[in-house]
Amino acid sequence: MLTVLLAIGILVLLSLIFGAILGYANVRFHVEGDPIVDQIDALLPQTQCGQCGHPGCRPYAEAIANGEAINHCPPGGQATIQALADLLDVEAIPLDGDHGTETAKRVAVIREDECIGCTKCIQACPVDAILGAAKQMHTVIADECTGCDLCVEPCPVDCIDMVEVGVTAKTWSWDKPQGIAATSINIIATDRQAEAVH
Amino acid sequence: MTEYLLILVSTILVNNFVLVQFLGLCPFMGVSGKLETSIGMAMATTFVLTLSSLCSYLTYTYILQPFGLEYLQTISFILVIAVVVQFTEMVVHKTSPLLYRVLGIFLPLITTNCAVLGVALQNISKQNGFVESILYGFGAAVGFSFVLVLFSAMRERINVADVPTVFKGSAIGMITAGLMALAFMGFTALVQI
Amino acid sequence: MPTVNMQTANIFSFHGGIHPPENKTQSLQLPLGRPSLPNELILPLGQHIGQSSRPLVKVGDKVLKGETIAINNGFLSSFLHAPTSGTITAIEERLIAHPSGLSDLCIILTPDGSDTWTKLEPLSHWQDISKTDVLAYLSEMGIIGMGGAGFPTQVKLQGAYKNPLTHFIINAAECEPYITADDMLIREKTLELVLGIEILQHLVQADHVVIGIEDNKPTAIAALRTVLNKRKSKIQVAVVPTKYPSGGEKQLIQLLTGKEVPSGQYPADIGILCQNVGTCVAVHDAITLGKPLISRFTTLTGDALKNPQNVEVLLGTPVAHLLDYAESEPKKLSRLIMGGPMMGYTLDSAAVPIVKTSNCILAASKKELPPPAPEQACIRCGMCEQACPASLLPQQLLWFSKSQEFEKAEHHNLFDCIECGACSYVCPSSIPLVQYYRHTKSSIREAREATVKSDLAKQRFEARKARQDAEAAEKEAKRLARQKATPSKTTDEKKSAPAKAAPTAAAAPATTDESKKLKVDIAIGKSKLKKLEKQLLEAQENEHVEDINSLQLQVTDQEKAIALLEEQLAQMPSATPAAPAVNTAKASTAPVNDELKKAKVDVALIGVKLKKLQKQLIETPDDQELKDKINAFETDLKAAQDTVSRLSATTESHTAASEPKAAASDELKKLKIDAAIAKAAVKKVEKALKKAEEINAPEIEAIRQQLKEAQQRADDLEKALANPEAASQNAEAQTKKADAAPNNVDADAAKKRKIDLAIAKAGIKKAEKNIQLLQEQGKDEAEINASEWPSKLKEAQEKLAALEAEESAPATAVSAPVEKTADTVAQSEVKAEPEMDLATQIKKEKIAVALAKAQINKLNKRLESTPEDADSINQEINATQQRLQRAEALLEKLIHSQTNMQENR
Repeated sequence: MLTVLLAIGILVLLSLIFGAILGYANVRFHVEGDPIVDQIDALLPQTQCGQCGHPGCRPYAEAIANGEAINHCPPGGQATIQALADLLDVEAIPLDGDHGTETAKRVAVIREDECIGCTKCIQACPVDAILGAAKQMHTVIADECTGCDLCVEPCPVDCIDMVEVGVTAKTWSWDKPQGIAATSINIIATDRQAEAVH
Repeated sequence: MTEYLLILVSTILVNNFVLVQFLGLCPFMGVSGKLETSIGMAMATTFVLTLSSLCSYLTYTYILQPFGLEYLQTISFILVIAVVVQFTEMVVHKTSPLLYRVLGIFLPLITTNCAVLGVALQNISKQNGFVESILYGFGAAVGFSFVLVLFSAMRERINVADVPTVFKGSAIGMITAGLMALAFMGFTALVQI
Repeated sequence: MPTVNMQTANIFSFHGGIHPPENKTQSLQLPLGRPSLPNELILPLGQHIGQSSRPLVKVGDKVLKGETIAINNGFLSSFLHAPTSGTITAIEERLIAHPSGLSDLCIILTPDGSDTWTKLEPLSHWQDISKTDVLAYLSEMGIIGMGGAGFPTQVKLQGAYKNPLTHFIINAAECEPYITADDMLIREKTLELVLGIEILQHLVQADHVVIGIEDNKPTAIAALRTVLNKRKSKIQVAVVPTKYPSGGEKQLIQLLTGKEVPSGQYPADIGILCQNVGTCVAVHDAITLGKPLISRFTTLTGDALKNPQNVEVLLGTPVAHLLDYAESEPKKLSRLIMGGPMMGYTLDSAAVPIVKTSNCILAASKKELPPPAPEQACIRCGMCEQACPASLLPQQLLWFSKSQEFEKAEHHNLFDCIECGACSYVCPSSIPLVQYYRHTKSSIREAREATVKSDLAKQRFEARKARQDAEAAEKEAKRLARQKATPSKTTDEKKSAPAKAAPTAAAAPATTDESKKLKVDIAIGKSKLKKLEKQLLEAQENEHVEDINSLQLQVTDQEKAIALLEEQLAQMPSATPAAPAVNTAKASTAPVNDELKKAKVDVALIGVKLKKLQKQLIETPDDQELKDKINAFETDLKAAQDTVSRLSATTESHTAASEPKAAASDELKKLKIDAAIAKAAVKKVEKALKKAEEINAPEIEAIRQQLKEAQQRADDLEKALANPEAASQNAEAQTKKADAAPNNVDADAAKKRKIDLAIAKAGIKKAEKNIQLLQEQGKDEAEINASEWPSKLKEAQEKLAALEAEESAPATAVSAPVEKTADTVAQSEVKAEPEMDLATQIKKEKIAVALAKAQINKLNKRLESTPEDADSINQEINATQQRLQRAEALLEKLIHSQTNMQENR
């Protein structure tokens, strides 16, 4: 009986000591905030478009840090998802279609002769990329436009178009070579079979 | 002094915990995808292993033995290890948030890393003294880190290599680990403890 | 090394390199050719690295040979000149010589055949004028690096002024197979070349001037030596062994000086400048002859050409024209390459023009340049590493490129790759390594640009947010200040003291409190700033570039915030001493009045927000958050209204101090205003209730509760109103004020209503306009309905109807005694609610019907006046009629249900 009590007593004592140590460590090494948010935020495209359902990129970064799915960002597309997956060491998942689809890079363009100068788009623009004053024609600073679409909805005369940014000789980039899989001669027999199945 | 050196050589190479004794295979396969991650894991494990072998030695010698409660060693060692891991987790969280994030579930999983408990139990069965216990734990950790980093460096290259489809992913990882284990057999009889 | 022989130089070596078959003799069989003028010259505006030039001419302009037709567009840009005399026939997108095969803006010049030069103005006194002027002149002559990259020469020379130059290297290596343009240039224009080098040497003042030339050009070397000996020049000729790519800038530097250009740096950073022979000749022509860069030497070669040769060709000449000149055999031609076989790119079309950097057109037969063998798995032989002239690890780079690990690729110095193709050339698995690197490089560049852009966007977003927050905080601070100030006033009021010093007394502690808070804020901000600066310093020490940027941003933000706070603090003390000074009755009323104004504005603002939220609530009835917000706003509104009433009370009490008689009446007035406000609140809540009922919103009960409360408040106020009335001894004043007050209120309310009416009408107009627009665009009814305009229109019409109804109803109600309205409100609440609801709806629909009819009339009139628009107007009429029918149907239904209801009762 005594040994049983002793054993229990010792274990309880041990647990208490360790508990105290952990309690102290918790206070001593307390982490303020979540620095991971900054890193997530840095990966997001900063269009501030709100398509993820959050008012801006940082709130979404916070939400991701708190466990929201990483595939709610259509402007960033698969590349952003991949980067987030790498950072957070989770599986890269396809973009959630509910939040929109990945489109080519676009900028807003105001059809200036139709603009009535209501300033509504200016208020909607999250990055102050629209220039103009009340009852004056507005225009978009194309270099600053993130293509977030937010100015299109408020426009009372629907004079804002989202125009795709085309590829010019200056912005053109080389294609990735097709790689081995695309060529017909596969030296590994199983690879050939896998291809035949597809 | 030679004895201490021998302990280190033995634990790092000859009786490597991962490739010879096959302990701690879970993080060995799980956290070896990226070199950076594996280095972080190696460091965390080194810290935990050394500290826990020290703590478990102290617990055993000064608490369990005097009361004749040696049969409580497993449960109390698990307690010790859990505390050390928790402690490490807090420290890592504070000092390196990214490592904390990257290690993710594997950090708390060190608790269940059989290498950690294995070291503590082997310390007892080998009747290691205070310094020997620490060295034994440290050596085991260095051996673990060594093969983990080696393995992850290899896996990084294997990941982008043209591996036959059927062998892609974990399969080729297992084969590589097996080959590594074979290689480590070469160290057998280098030192005998 | 002692300078015994001035014309030899020490030759070093560089790592790697290959020896592909040279194939240079073919194009050297024939002498330099001069093709005839083509039918048109195509002059791309972006022939150089950097910003495209801006055209100076317009379509139809006649230009002379050598006239400037486009000027530079920024620092890194160049001029463009007419290669011959003729007419500008177009400025349009044309296919250009680019690996992408894309089009770009080009000036199209149709030659007139006379080839008349414009007046040439050589810079004969170039030795006497400042170097900057010479550089500017070079820029105006359109001189760019002709070796391949097309880097504007004046920019490169300017860059060379950073460090004293030890070596000025003239690149005549021409290592790429097939190409002999530089060889021919040296043979043909030896003297011009040497003179050009001398001009450049004058500009850069290097210790050594070395011409680097491969030993496979003996004729050129001999010609050079002859001229140099004749001129007793100090220029050295360094003959380097033939090895590809010794003509690469960095490789040639290594060959001639033994120095390696550090990764990520330019040759100028280690005191070396490199220029192509073509550039030197162009510089000579520009300065001593005044001729801009309008032509160049180009090699036409390949098995598909009968007469491979070098030609001096005008810029803008289409490749097809040159192929004809060299008699190409279309049957044999399998691949047309601009540049050499190693670094050139395939042209999809022969319509592209020769530009300033085109050194070779290779018309290869299938036998000569077979299509690339299919890529196979890397066998890790390491031959690419042996061949790499930049001492990189091509195999590692390939893995990283394949697995898109850009960071690691960069870490392995991918950007030091000169894309020479040596690795691909030696690869036994035929892996197109360079293609992988090019792709990865452009991906990394894109990613970098995206990061820069997203950082900018973030910065702008945060700046905007900070601005909005500051505005909100300012408002909030003002509100707080008022709230703090008001309680003391009310106590004063209770004591019925003349309330003169009180507001200022209250204001003073408030300001000190606030200044204390500000000080604390500043202290916190400063400590944060310190911390950030420390982090920044650390980051700088550890060279964490990204960290530094973000930290610097944070630091500036913090500094700004502190500056703002300090400014506020500075204003604070000035306010504090000012406050006690305001001790006289006259002065104290003024701030109170101001505050009253502000409070009223606040009330209005909150009211507007509340309205908005209620609207939202109706759209999404289940949104708990919204409800909370509404509640919060309502309390805010209440508080603000209280403030208004209190403040007005104080103002009145001020006047009361001087005129005790008016006090009671003023109070009465105030109470009446309160009562009016309370009633307005009741109305508002009723409206909300109605709307909620319409859509069966679950929070009807809550709104009812609110309504009750609001009515309670209204009743209370009325009671209060009755008391002072009784207490008031001056009957005259009372009646006067009693008459005056409601009138004022009425007037205000009427005004407001009119404004509302106007807004609603404008809304309807807009909606109609938009629908019209849609119809004009030929969209069918379904589409229009799908767009939100019809619903908006309906909404607006309903609003208008409601407003109009309101205007007619209160017109009588308002003039009636206050109690009566309250009574009606109470009554309506008791039972008539649904009925009233129906009644108003019916009214609305009636109005809608009337409106639609009116519109149809209007449209018919318009149809008469402008028959040419008949189609669209008819369409509109149809739409309006449909709307009318809908409205009528609805109206009927409503009336029906109303009668039903009445019967039920």
